[in-house]
Amino acid sequence: MKLKLIVNGENKTFDVKPDEYLLDTLRNNNYVSVRRGCDNTSCGVCTVLVDGKPVASCSYLSLKAEGRNVTTVEGIAEEAAKLAGFFGEEGADQCGFCNPSVALTVYAMKKELKNPTDDEIRSYLVGNLCRCSGYMGQHRAIKAYLEVD
Amino acid sequence: MKYVNHKRPSIDGKGLMMGKPGYTDDLAEQGSLIVKVLRSPHAFARIKTIDTSKAEALEGVEIVLTYKDFGRVPVTRAGQGYPEPSPHDKFVLDSYVRHVGDEVAVAAAINKETAEEALKLIDVEYEVFEPVLDYEKAYGNKTIIHPEPEIHEMFPIGLDPKKNVAASYNMHIGDIDKTLAECDTVLETTFRTQAQAHVMMEPHTVNARIDYQGRLVLYSSTQTPFHTRRIVAEALQYPLSKIRVIKPRVGGGFGGKQCVHGEMLVSAVALRTGKPAKMVYTRQEVFESTFSRHPMRFDIKLGAMKDGTLKGMDVKVLSDTGAYGEHALTVFMVAGSKVLPLYNKVDSVRFTGDIVYTNRTPAGAFRGYGAIQGNYALETAVDMLCEKLGMDPVEFRQKNMINEGETSPIFEIMGEGTAGTAMYMETCKLDYCIERGMELIGWKEKYPRKDLGNGKVRGVGMAIAMQGSGIPYIDMGSAMIKLNDDGFFNLIIGATDIGQGSDTILAQIAAESLGVHPDKIVVYSSDSDLTPFDCGAYASSTTYVSGNAVRKAADKMKMMIIEEGAHALEVPVEGTEFDGTDITNGESKISLKDLSNRLYYNEDQKQLIAVDSYVGKKSPPPFMAGFAEVEVDTNTGKVELIDYAAVVDCGTTISPNLARGQVEGGLVQGIGMAMYEDVRYSGSGKMITNNMMTYRIPTRKEIRSLKVEFAESYEESGPYGAKSVGEIGIDTPPAVITNAVYNAVGVRIHSLPITGEKVLMGIMEKRQKGEKQ
Amino acid sequence: MKIKKYIKAGSVEEAYGILEGNPKAAVVAGGAWLKLLPTEVDEAIDISGLGLDTIEKKGDFLEIGSMVTLRSIETSPEVRALYDGVISDAAEKIMGVTVRNIATIGGTIAGKYGFSDIITPLMTLGTQLEFYKGGSIGLVEFMNEQAKSRDLLLKIRIPVAEGRGFYKTMKITAIDFPILNTAVSYIGGKTVIAVGSRPYKAALAEKAMAYMDTCASQEADCCERAAMTAAAEMKFGSNSRGSAEYRKQLCEAFVREGLQEVKS
Repeated sequence: MKLKLIVNGENKTFDVKPDEYLLDTLRNNNYVSVRRGCDNTSCGVCTVLVDGKPVASCSYLSLKAEGRNVTTVEGIAEEAAKLAGFFGEEGADQCGFCNPSVALTVYAMKKELKNPTDDEIRSYLVGNLCRCSGYMGQHRAIKAYLEVD
Repeated sequence: MKYVNHKRPSIDGKGLMMGKPGYTDDLAEQGSLIVKVLRSPHAFARIKTIDTSKAEALEGVEIVLTYKDFGRVPVTRAGQGYPEPSPHDKFVLDSYVRHVGDEVAVAAAINKETAEEALKLIDVEYEVFEPVLDYEKAYGNKTIIHPEPEIHEMFPIGLDPKKNVAASYNMHIGDIDKTLAECDTVLETTFRTQAQAHVMMEPHTVNARIDYQGRLVLYSSTQTPFHTRRIVAEALQYPLSKIRVIKPRVGGGFGGKQCVHGEMLVSAVALRTGKPAKMVYTRQEVFESTFSRHPMRFDIKLGAMKDGTLKGMDVKVLSDTGAYGEHALTVFMVAGSKVLPLYNKVDSVRFTGDIVYTNRTPAGAFRGYGAIQGNYALETAVDMLCEKLGMDPVEFRQKNMINEGETSPIFEIMGEGTAGTAMYMETCKLDYCIERGMELIGWKEKYPRKDLGNGKVRGVGMAIAMQGSGIPYIDMGSAMIKLNDDGFFNLIIGATDIGQGSDTILAQIAAESLGVHPDKIVVYSSDSDLTPFDCGAYASSTTYVSGNAVRKAADKMKMMIIEEGAHALEVPVEGTEFDGTDITNGESKISLKDLSNRLYYNEDQKQLIAVDSYVGKKSPPPFMAGFAEVEVDTNTGKVELIDYAAVVDCGTTISPNLARGQVEGGLVQGIGMAMYEDVRYSGSGKMITNNMMTYRIPTRKEIRSLKVEFAESYEESGPYGAKSVGEIGIDTPPAVITNAVYNAVGVRIHSLPITGEKVLMGIMEKRQKGEKQ
Repeated sequence: MKIKKYIKAGSVEEAYGILEGNPKAAVVAGGAWLKLLPTEVDEAIDISGLGLDTIEKKGDFLEIGSMVTLRSIETSPEVRALYDGVISDAAEKIMGVTVRNIATIGGTIAGKYGFSDIITPLMTLGTQLEFYKGGSIGLVEFMNEQAKSRDLLLKIRIPVAEGRGFYKTMKITAIDFPILNTAVSYIGGKTVIAVGSRPYKAALAEKAMAYMDTCASQEADCCERAAMTAAAEMKFGSNSRGSAEYRKQLCEAFVREGLQEVKS
């Protein structure tokens, strides 16, 4: 079936199967920054934004996204680069596999929450797992990133 | 120091955050055959018949392979130096399957759906055997898991397959029975640790293709590219010289990729079809069909005098290596060799035991590598002994632990698979680590407990730990530095960056030696054709071993630059200096940039390239003191981790932010093992926790406060004073949290993980016994 | 789950028509859990865009459309205003935002999932379900029904009144499924106690509730004994997250705390 999406601001038409998920549709069309970690919503590594909201693309049926705005990390390049700087400062830049998904969720959080507390940041990001960093470095980096602007 | 011990972001951090392709699956060739593996539904069975004709006939299926298509060449999948201390007990495909998830057959097709469909069309008739699922019943069990005649050890490790023993070990110093008999107090107790899964975010992935020279080129998410090349060559009986292994960016390993995973099967497919092929493990395959941490049972006796002097340690260990023996002996030995020397003033020590086969997912390397299991047993037993003695647990450690300048006879006796190497602790800041850690956690105010009055009680606990810096006389790393025109360098290393930042910190070491900014050093690593050898990312070898190799190569390059510069300036080498920018001798000066261009294009043209290697003569341990404050809800048993303080002595931190990240990351994995993670099996041997919905690692909400600091320390034998730091962070949480919970509510958990249920049951048992807390 | 055909319904009538006409058709709400189902579906009916995604006060009820995501429920000020914010508290505990932005209240309720955090408190609030064909039915009654519903859930309706609510859940890690959860409400002088994730689906602790209604002695005593009653009357099971015995202990602790809280 044909699926029309707006990916990172560009109109796209993809050929998809009825039971295909957004993760596969995106990866098969070269958006390799969207990654498969667990395939069942438990890890957050496949996160993309649909109409600005972070969703687990491994469990979001592609056809459900018809006509919607999908954002991968390529679509927030400048913000991701900024966040990367803070990650580098705090030793949170380790294997990088979860980083694009964290960047997208942080970006969405920045738009949704004003001056989030430590607890609110942790809660918003709780579904985005990281096995390398132990979260502390990411947390410090995210707080520093939110303070700018 | 100008570049070492300065914060530096990792060279790939920004690119990876921005989603640039770099991991193995991102680099797969378009149109690669998709490789899928048929896996055993039984814990132990023999394939009576296997018919692949229907699968082969399916449109789009390129090849289907079974054990009949391979020679009988047993290898070990463990990524270790050769000859490996692990038994050679794995065939590429075998007629026996030894755990649920073991390989039965492989199919390669034009797409995933077809490959999966092909698997369904393979008809297998099994002869099912009674599996061995309890490692405490494996020894001498009537079910023999490895009856095949071809398996063997590479040198004596105690392999005894008829008894289901993969390896065994024993050592002793002095006469432990006599010592214990003479002690005022003897503590005897048992601990059990569970299997833990690595849960690295990137599943195991391999791409294979045949290049225009007919060579097999593998891209693999691996920690050990060189060992992988050797093992694939051996398993497939294919010349080593016709194989190239490249490690791209890796999304985490922690030991779970210190092994061969899909490489043998994907290579076989590529070689036999001539087509590129790839395999991405599903998360279920990562859980069931790669490796977990060795579960262990410790029977431990500690003997002390009433003045608190520890006199003897008697440790008997049973370790479960699962269906195959990868890393069996070495993990076992580290449970002793990187734990027992902490108390070096004892008269006697005994450390013995077996590593047995069971029909469960094989155990393998996992950060800590036995030290975390051993640390839990010893450091919890020490707290128990302190209680028996009526002695403060910190004072006991300060009295009995190893100090700077001291040694332990265990270093000489116990290596990793073989004898060890004697060494003195040139650096050991445990005394400072303990003092500072106590400050950070607020030990004096909080020990042992504080009742908050609402059913919640807080307690603090502590432990000390050590690890190593590579394996002496075994782990080798090497580095090449090449000078380019325009005055920049390539640092070409075998060392394996799996996310820990080795590419970054090794460039910092080279920069420090050469005096040039790390931005002028372009790193390329882990390509068996293009980079020199490195054992790989394990045994905390990279900073110390690979770092020293880089230091030596950079020092050589610096000499070459001085010599060529002097030659270009027509001055003697004596008195010529290089400051990172210019080569000078008195008034004469030539910039590195000009010199490099001259060397490429104008005069006395030559390629300056320096190469050197390093093998450790010792393994200076990093040390750590860990402290935790927990809050226990006595109504539910739930344990919350309020705070964790870790003070580490790892010598110089090459990059302080990356070192901190290593300790924080290790701590959270250790906390996971202590409190949340548990690999569980059903009664028939199927892994219940084979996906991330049932196997839970700590989330951000479990980790609220970690305080990590480093002691001032300079290890002369390390590059710019550095020891390694990759594993030390993981070792203390199980003992620390066990001790903290005990101090809070008087319940000591003897089997990990420490769950709310276990704690509540302990509290209720105490109430029933009418004990006062 | 395998899907042969994906249809975006143009109207509620059309959606129901397909569902009624084909036993191998199914409604796709959020679709977050489809991967867990080994079934094959002929026609998957997408009911987004049919106006089933609003939250609005209608008379004495707060009406939440079946396609409202758990995240929208969590962040809705109207929902938070109800019964000490108990529904919002429960919603917030469900996995992470990347799941709550997909999963819908309709999908959760229709699935009668034992692991649900949100069904438990809804059961204590007199929640009504509105189906396309079958009309109105109480959530409690629906949860007790054995037959699989092949009707279209349009919305849930929560009575708006003054009252107290309490929710507590025990999880191994924050995004895990509950080992057990409990909700207690005290509305219009009546106590309702629901226990969920036992690991079985949520159910009311009827005996404990009856006890509370009649208990005349000291407040603390009532709560204590009602909690023990609830723990004794509910059925618990064991799984990899915990044993039945542990769930029983948690039930008692949570119900006691809940009753003390809503009566304070």
